[in-house]
Amino acid sequence: MAQNIITFHNVRKEYDDQVVLKDVSFEIEQGKFYTLLGPSGCGKTTILRLIAGFIEANQGDIRLEGKKVNDIPANKRKVNTVFQDYALFPHLNVFDNVAFGLRIKKLPKKQIEQKVKDVLRMVQLSGFEEREISEMSGGQRQRVAIARALANEPEVLLLDEPLSALDLKLRKDMQYELRELQQRLGITFIFVTHDQEEALAMSDEIFILNKGEIVQSGTPVDIYDEPINRFVADFIGESNIVKGKMVDDYLVEFVGKKFECVDGGMGKNESVEVVLRPEDIQITSPEKGKMHVTVDTQLFRGVHYEIVCLDEEGNEWVVHSTRKATEGAHVGLFFEPEDIHVMRFGESEEEFDARLESYEEEQEG
Amino acid sequence: MMTKARRVYSIPYVLWLLLFVIAPVLLIVYQSFIGMDGSYTLDNYKTYFASSTYLRMTFNSVLYAFLITLIVLVISYPAAYILNKTKHKQLWLMLIILPTWVNLLLKAYAFIGIFSMHGSVNHFLEFIGIGPKQLLFTDFSFIFVAAYIEIPFMIMPIFNALEEMNPSFISASVDLGANAWQTFWQVIFPLSLNGVKSGVQAVFIPSLSLFMLTRLIGGNRVITLGTAIEEHFMVTQNWGMGSTIGVVLIIAMLAIMLVTGEKKKKRRRAN
Repeated sequence: MAQNIITFHNVRKEYDDQVVLKDVSFEIEQGKFYTLLGPSGCGKTTILRLIAGFIEANQGDIRLEGKKVNDIPANKRKVNTVFQDYALFPHLNVFDNVAFGLRIKKLPKKQIEQKVKDVLRMVQLSGFEEREISEMSGGQRQRVAIARALANEPEVLLLDEPLSALDLKLRKDMQYELRELQQRLGITFIFVTHDQEEALAMSDEIFILNKGEIVQSGTPVDIYDEPINRFVADFIGESNIVKGKMVDDYLVEFVGKKFECVDGGMGKNESVEVVLRPEDIQITSPEKGKMHVTVDTQLFRGVHYEIVCLDEEGNEWVVHSTRKATEGAHVGLFFEPEDIHVMRFGESEEEFDARLESYEEEQEG
Repeated sequence: MMTKARRVYSIPYVLWLLLFVIAPVLLIVYQSFIGMDGSYTLDNYKTYFASSTYLRMTFNSVLYAFLITLIVLVISYPAAYILNKTKHKQLWLMLIILPTWVNLLLKAYAFIGIFSMHGSVNHFLEFIGIGPKQLLFTDFSFIFVAAYIEIPFMIMPIFNALEEMNPSFISASVDLGANAWQTFWQVIFPLSLNGVKSGVQAVFIPSLSLFMLTRLIGGNRVITLGTAIEEHFMVTQNWGMGSTIGVVLIIAMLAIMLVTGEKKKKRRRAN
C-alpha cells in the first residue's frame, strides 16, 4: 500500500497581506512522480519551499511521514531540492559539490567517495569529479545538481523548474531521464513547472494551481480529458471552448444545435461550457459533418496543420489535422459524443469528482 | 572598423597611463640608481639593505600595515555582513561611505582635537574617574585613526561580494543539511573571499605608505617607509634614496597584489 509521505492540511501562506496560498490541502503518496503545474505566481514554488522548509506557513499543518514539520528547520528535513538555477557552489568542484551534504553528515571518507561515485554514475557523469562547475555545460550542471541532491538519499526530491534553462532537445532528453530515474529509485519526486507538456509527459499525478489554490488534481489523462473548468482546459493543451446548455442528461446544445454527449448529472437547461480538443475534431464533407464551418486560416506546425475555422455564429474552431485544408472552403466538422466535454460553472473539485462517479456508476449499471 | 574606433577612444587613457603612471614609475626606478653626486650607482640599494634603520623601518611599515589591515578586516566583515541583512542597506552603506568624502587632513586634525589632553575622550576618562591619559602620539592612536580611515574601503568590497551572492547558494547549503554556522564557513565566507581580497589590497597597500598620520597622530614615534620617502624628498633632498625606498614599496605592493589577486586555481580535491 502506498502511504502518504507528505500531507498539507489547510496550509496558508501570506506575504505582507498578500495571500499566495489559500488554505491548501493535499496528500502526496510515497514513490510517485508529482507535478505542480500552473502559471507564474500561482503558488507552486511556494508549496515547494514550504516542503523544503525555506519558508514557514502562516497557518495549517505540514506533515512529512506523518510527523508535523512546521517547526523543523530545512537542514533537518529528509527532503532535498534541485534548484531552478542549480545553485551549485562555484568555489567547489563537482566532487566537492556532490559530497557537500555527506561531509556535513560527517560520513567516513571512504563512504563519501563511494557514494559520490555512485550518484555521478547514476546521472552519467562518471569521470567528471575533478571538473570545476564553470567548466560544465548547462545540461551537465543540471545533472550535478540532481546528483548532489540524491547523494543525501532523500525521501522526497523537490525539483524547482529544473529544465527551464535547457534548450528544447536537451529538455526532452532530461524528461525521459528524470522519469526513468524516479522509477528506478522509487522515491517521491515533486516537480514544479509551468510547462504543461512536461507535466503531462512525466507525471503520475498533476496538481494544477491557480491563484494560490489547487484547481484540479489527477493523472495526466484524467486532467487532459476531463478538465474541470475553462482555466484547466485552456492551460492544459489547446481547446475550443464555447457556451452551451445542458438540455438533458447526455444531450447538450451549443452553436444552436443539439449534440449527444456522455456527460450528465446536471440540472435541466443548465448553462455550461463545452470543450472540444482540436485533435478530436475531423474535417469532412459538409454532408457528413455535425457542424458546418468555413476554413479561415491554416498554419503548418510540423506534426500537423493548425486549421482555424469559423461557424455561422462567428465562433472559432481550431482543428489539428495531418491533412491540409483549403482556405475559404465550406467543410463539415465531425466528432464523437465522447469527444464533447461539458464543464459546469463554478464547480469545485469534490463536486466534480462526485458527479463523475455518480453517472459513471449509472452508466455501468 | 570597430578596432579603429576603439583605438581612437583609447588614446586619452593610454596618454593618462603613460604620463601619470608609467612615466613616474620609470622616473622613480631611474632616480633610485642616481647617487647624491649625480652618477649612476647601486649605492642607494646597498645603503638600504645594509642599514638596520631602513630594514627596521620596512619591518615596522609592514607590521603596522598588517595590524591595521587585520583590525579593519575584523571590524569590517561583520559590519558588511550585518549591513547586508538590514532593511535600508543602501542608506546605511551611504552613511559609512560618507566620511571618505572628508579630506584626510581634516579628519586627522579632528582626531587631534578628540585625543588631545583636553579633548573629549580625556574629558570622558576624567568624568568616569580614570583621569586623563596621553592618547595622542601613541601607537594606539595611530592604529586607531588609520583603521578608522580605512574601514569604508574594506566594507565596500565585502558588502558588494555578499550582496551579489546568489541567495539560492544559502538555501542549497541548508537544504543539504548545513546549519547556519556551517553554511557561513563553507559557503558564504569562501564565496565572499574575493571581496575580502580586494578589501585587503585597498587597505594594506595605502597603509604601507601612510605618512601624514604618522606625523600628526603618531607624533613621529611611528616611522614608516612613507615617512622616510617624504623626509628624503622634502627635507634631506636625497631623491635617489627616496626613490630607492619607493621602488621597495612598489615591489612590496606588487607582491601583495600577487598574493591576494585572483588566481585561476587548479585545486586538488580536498581529501
